[in-house]
Amino acid sequence: MGDVLIFAEHQAGHFPKATLTAVQAGLELAQKRGGKAIAVVAGDAPEAAAGEIAKYGVAKVIALAHPALKNYMADAHAQALAALAKKEGVEFVLATATAMGKDLFPRLAARLGAGMASEITAIGDGQSFVRPAYAGNVMATVEIDGPIKVLTVRGTAFDAAKPGGSAAPVEKQSAEIDAGALKMEFVSFSATKSDRPQLTEARVIVSGGRGLKAGENFKTVLEPLVDEMGAAMGASRAAVDAGFVPNDLQVGQTGKVVAPELYIAVGISGAIQHLAGMKDSKIICAINRDEEAPIFAVADYGLVADLFKAVPEMVEEIKKLKQS
Amino acid sequence: MKILVPIKRVPDPATTIRVLPDGTGIATDNIKWVINPFCEIAIEEALRIKEKQTGEVVLVTVGQSAWQEQLRTGLAMGADRAILIKTDAALDSVAIARILAKVAGDQKPDLIILGKQAIDDDANQVGQMLAEMLGWPQATFASKVEIGADKVSVVREVDGGLETIAFKLPAVITTDLRLNEPRYASLPGIMKARKKELKEIAADSLGVDLTPKLKVKTLAAPPKRQAGRKVASAQELVSVLHTEAKVI
Repeated sequence: MGDVLIFAEHQAGHFPKATLTAVQAGLELAQKRGGKAIAVVAGDAPEAAAGEIAKYGVAKVIALAHPALKNYMADAHAQALAALAKKEGVEFVLATATAMGKDLFPRLAARLGAGMASEITAIGDGQSFVRPAYAGNVMATVEIDGPIKVLTVRGTAFDAAKPGGSAAPVEKQSAEIDAGALKMEFVSFSATKSDRPQLTEARVIVSGGRGLKAGENFKTVLEPLVDEMGAAMGASRAAVDAGFVPNDLQVGQTGKVVAPELYIAVGISGAIQHLAGMKDSKIICAINRDEEAPIFAVADYGLVADLFKAVPEMVEEIKKLKQS
Repeated sequence: MKILVPIKRVPDPATTIRVLPDGTGIATDNIKWVINPFCEIAIEEALRIKEKQTGEVVLVTVGQSAWQEQLRTGLAMGADRAILIKTDAALDSVAIARILAKVAGDQKPDLIILGKQAIDDDANQVGQMLAEMLGWPQATFASKVEIGADKVSVVREVDGGLETIAFKLPAVITTDLRLNEPRYASLPGIMKARKKELKEIAADSLGVDLTPKLKVKTLAAPPKRQAGRKVASAQELVSVLHTEAKVI
């Protein structure tokens, strides 16, 4: 009892920050439940990546190998992880609520006949968990019944695990997969091309909203500030719906949840759905023409101004600061 | 093609949600109830597929009698008939998915399209659970669906880009925001909807285990973030971020 299986999502062998937050949450949960934290890295050849995650404080790493795990597909991964969770006799299976975690874990829960809590933000005593609902306007305390429990954690609610101590042993296992039952076929992946940091990894995020008025203005007005600050670029749902920028830049209830050190909201009114995705940022600053805009109610620093004038002025000011 | 579209009734997204003082639920007075926005996108996608290929769009929801209202709205958009699985019980995603799996077994749809998440509990679970229970492929967070002669291909919105996957029917698809722009119900549509079949089935009669595994103990309002202060200019903003907040 009390053992935690952490799904260590990797991108071609590299672990994003989101995975390290899952490791941290898993370590915390295992400690509170008096169990072991076991990480699993799945893939066609996961050994190298498994060796990497072994440095982060877990008791053991399982390199779960199978040709069908080469490209992530929900059905093959759910089969493999469910079989492993049963074999290891764990009480919890846990991942970060990334696109992959969200896609995979409910399927895994159903396969295990387990209950699931999505995007938990606090572990409590290890029996009950806190999770946001209603776009973060409600924090629900929930409990899961049953011998095995499935959790995804909100990446912004936990610190990233840090490497240290001696590396845990890596155990290679062949995944149990009934290949005949697999029905999903990977066709292609088209990566959003960007030299900027990813939203969920960035220290600074500059987000634009409907106030930018056109997709072109994201390029000519917002991007100079984004790049001057080495920031990631985000957007409100209104800006995405208007077709200004692609959806994977969306911050909010139905997009990405972020908590950078600095979040600059430009021309974003601050609908509750947007606030749900960024209100845990350390410092929030907002630039908006409308002094009544709800974004100012959560902003540490607010500037009531025409963004088309204020943003280029900020760029100039930051350049000066860098030179001095 | 027969398409099953499970939908959910939720508070209008513009509603201010307040937790009851005793933490047992949210205040429901003055709430306008609507179809979950992602479910509307699911209905629209099903209608578009039907319009291209003929077939039937069947709506289903699990809840109280009042939920008929949202089913009627979906029928007015153009769905053919609707099923209300009636229950007053608070169910979790596992129980809902079990009910839907049973309905799918009876209705035998070629495709099930549903919203990726409901904007009330924000769980994002039912579609994936349903796909596993049926042993069907799943395509979550769909931004484009192409029904081919032999296979369906779906473009999915994932971290860092767009993924395309393919599979044969039957399958489960969950909708993301950019899949389509849902239509409004027309006046003739609303008139026609009154005559369409809306069948009620008691959840208890399905022979499905409805015991929730996820139990909500209490609800609370989140800690409030304090508003800070206004600055006068872009220059001052950069200056305070540098000297006071020390983030640049």
